[in-house]
Amino acid sequence: MQYADEFRDPAKARALVTEIARLAAPLAAARSRPLQVMEVCGGHTHTIFRYGLKAMLPEDAIEFVHGPGCPVCVLPMGRVDDCVALTRDPNIIFTTFGDAMRVPGSQGSLLQAKANGADVRMVYSPLDALQIARANPHREVVFFALGFETTMPGTALTVLQARREGVANFSLFCNHITIIPTMQAILDSPELRLDGFLGPGHVSMVIGNRPYDFIARHYRKPLVVSGFEPLDLLQSLWMVIKQIAEGRCEVENQYTRIVQEDGNAEALAAVSEVFELREFFEWRGLGSIDHSGVRMRAEFAGFDAERKFAMPGVQVADPKSCQCGEVLKGLIKPQQCKVFGSACTPEKPLGALMVSSEGACSAYYQYGRIDVRGRGPAAGAAGAAGAAGAVGAAGAAA
Amino acid sequence: MTDAAIDTRSSAAQPMGPRGAAYPPSATITMAHGGGGRAMRGLIEKVILPAFNNPLLATLEDQARISMAGLASLGDRLAFTTDSYVVTPIEFPGGDIGKLAVCGTVNDLAVCGARPLFLSCGLVLEEGLEIADLSRIAESMGRAAREAGVTIVTGDTKVVERGAADRLFVNTAGIGMLPAAIDIQANRARPGDAIIVNGNLGDHGIAILLARNELALSAAVQSDVAPLYSLIVSMRAACPDIHCMRDATRGGLATVLNEFAVSSNVGIRVREAALPLDPAVRGACEILGLDPLYLANEGKVVAVVPGIHADAVVAAMRSHPEGRAAAIVGEVCTQPAGSVILSTAIGGDRVVDMLVGEQLPRIC
Repeated sequence: MQYADEFRDPAKARALVTEIARLAAPLAAARSRPLQVMEVCGGHTHTIFRYGLKAMLPEDAIEFVHGPGCPVCVLPMGRVDDCVALTRDPNIIFTTFGDAMRVPGSQGSLLQAKANGADVRMVYSPLDALQIARANPHREVVFFALGFETTMPGTALTVLQARREGVANFSLFCNHITIIPTMQAILDSPELRLDGFLGPGHVSMVIGNRPYDFIARHYRKPLVVSGFEPLDLLQSLWMVIKQIAEGRCEVENQYTRIVQEDGNAEALAAVSEVFELREFFEWRGLGSIDHSGVRMRAEFAGFDAERKFAMPGVQVADPKSCQCGEVLKGLIKPQQCKVFGSACTPEKPLGALMVSSEGACSAYYQYGRIDVRGRGPAAGAAGAAGAAGAVGAAGAAA
Repeated sequence: MTDAAIDTRSSAAQPMGPRGAAYPPSATITMAHGGGGRAMRGLIEKVILPAFNNPLLATLEDQARISMAGLASLGDRLAFTTDSYVVTPIEFPGGDIGKLAVCGTVNDLAVCGARPLFLSCGLVLEEGLEIADLSRIAESMGRAAREAGVTIVTGDTKVVERGAADRLFVNTAGIGMLPAAIDIQANRARPGDAIIVNGNLGDHGIAILLARNELALSAAVQSDVAPLYSLIVSMRAACPDIHCMRDATRGGLATVLNEFAVSSNVGIRVREAALPLDPAVRGACEILGLDPLYLANEGKVVAVVPGIHADAVVAAMRSHPEGRAAAIVGEVCTQPAGSVILSTAIGGDRVVDMLVGEQLPRIC
């Protein structure tokens, strides 16, 4: 398939892996631990696991730390509760991206709300939600807007379009978040050991490369903005390690086919026309982070579900046993968390990182429990027995 | 006794045409059609009987009566299965709910090595369904049954109020005969066995997703719904001792292989580069963030055969219309026991687990 297969060439992958291993070995030896590189974006986490990149790299020299960049994972329970409360209004058609439907709040998920009779519809784009609003003029259509800068312009442009057309029954429940303050919060953590970053490619397509400069300058960490195909990630990892080996700390762009230095001016203009920074926003697993979320500006109040409808707006604390914050900072691996695979599984996620397929714990649970090299169950895979039981039961029912 | 002792074919000699006046083109199902009275009798006689067209059903007794001697001549065990079909939309590129209801149940019988013979058909109709739609579905069922060599010998029709069903639900149960000495079971995979599929994966799943028209994507993908008995006969001719076989329906290839790996306590390794995929299905999966290993199929069989017979089985399959794209996609090994590993095209390895819930398109 064009535009995909060229980025999945096994020979090129082998060459990159060899070069990464050669560069990383002495650096890891000098530190007496593997180099820790954080992939900020959940899409990168997905690529690493889906293509089995982790198993290709020397585990004693390279360790991926899976960052906070999965917008579905970091949704706090209280915001999901607000969604579920909205869906109880029979006049509301609640529209959402598919993978947000499984995120549990304290009152259940949107999937459960749908099963209980709420009109919850999966859409692929905010424009689909606007179309539903046009087709149902006597009902209120709320779009569950979430995601980082990647999805923000699409939502902003949809609101502008709704205003132009005068579609008054369309509104957003805005949960957009922004990545830079969160990376800063992680970098400010006193226990931090990260050696470098793979920067989020699609966020950068919108915001450009310059917002990361402080990471290289102030925190002295290399960052390479990376694409999402397996060769993109391997090349970016090689670029990060090359910087470390050469003692450089720079912001580099591997994803030049998509990301421009200054981002996308039109997208940024639409975003700033519709949204403004919140004082703070609550993140599942990380707590409250200043200026890390946006809300709709006052002149768009008519399109703002938070202003239009009464919502509980209650904060719900993360379960105490969750160690998502420590996983996000690279202090522990997912399977070292006390509840991984026991109290917290993809079927019944407790913590942020188990929620979506892009979350680190979910990825470990799904792809990482078993040693793919064929040496039996991986250490700490508490959930393996339970999952095998479930497999057996499903087999009998088929 | 020969196969002729049990005639599962339709009686083509006496086509049973509609009795009484035909329905007007816009006629719809009402509660009366499920009431057991004249309206129901009329519906069965005008729509169902002509479509299914066989003498066993035409007696309109409350049960089909099947000769034991005839059955016994075809095997030493009865295979018996049931499945319900609720697909939306009821008609989609490559098939419809009726063809699906026949093929799905026929395939559930065929994958254990049984010869499918008789089906029942339970219909749950939503008030307001157009009789023309029902008629098309019934004719499709009749056609699929003839193609698969089975007879629909008994049935039931219920009507529910508007909103209590989604137009039309179908349940079929099926019986077949399993010849002596065939022992195909999920727990018989052994290290050294080969994993074989008969063609492109995920066509049905993507065809249905696109037919729902919710994603503003279009592609010429047809459901693969097809009866597999005759293909399986040709596979068994090439290798009498097939170890495991299932049709990869909901949950896709990944689910079937996990069932084999757990039941047999073996590891299964699949090569991503060997998986047969239609380029349009691959493209849709890339765009939507779906994994073709988990997509539904309705005409795909997964077989585990001794490695030495693998090439012969694939060759036999490729000479059959339902097996043209057959391929060896992986092997059975000892470790990691109970797990399925995918060797990715780029050269990595990852676990292919059972799916948690449904696959949902990713946000970005």
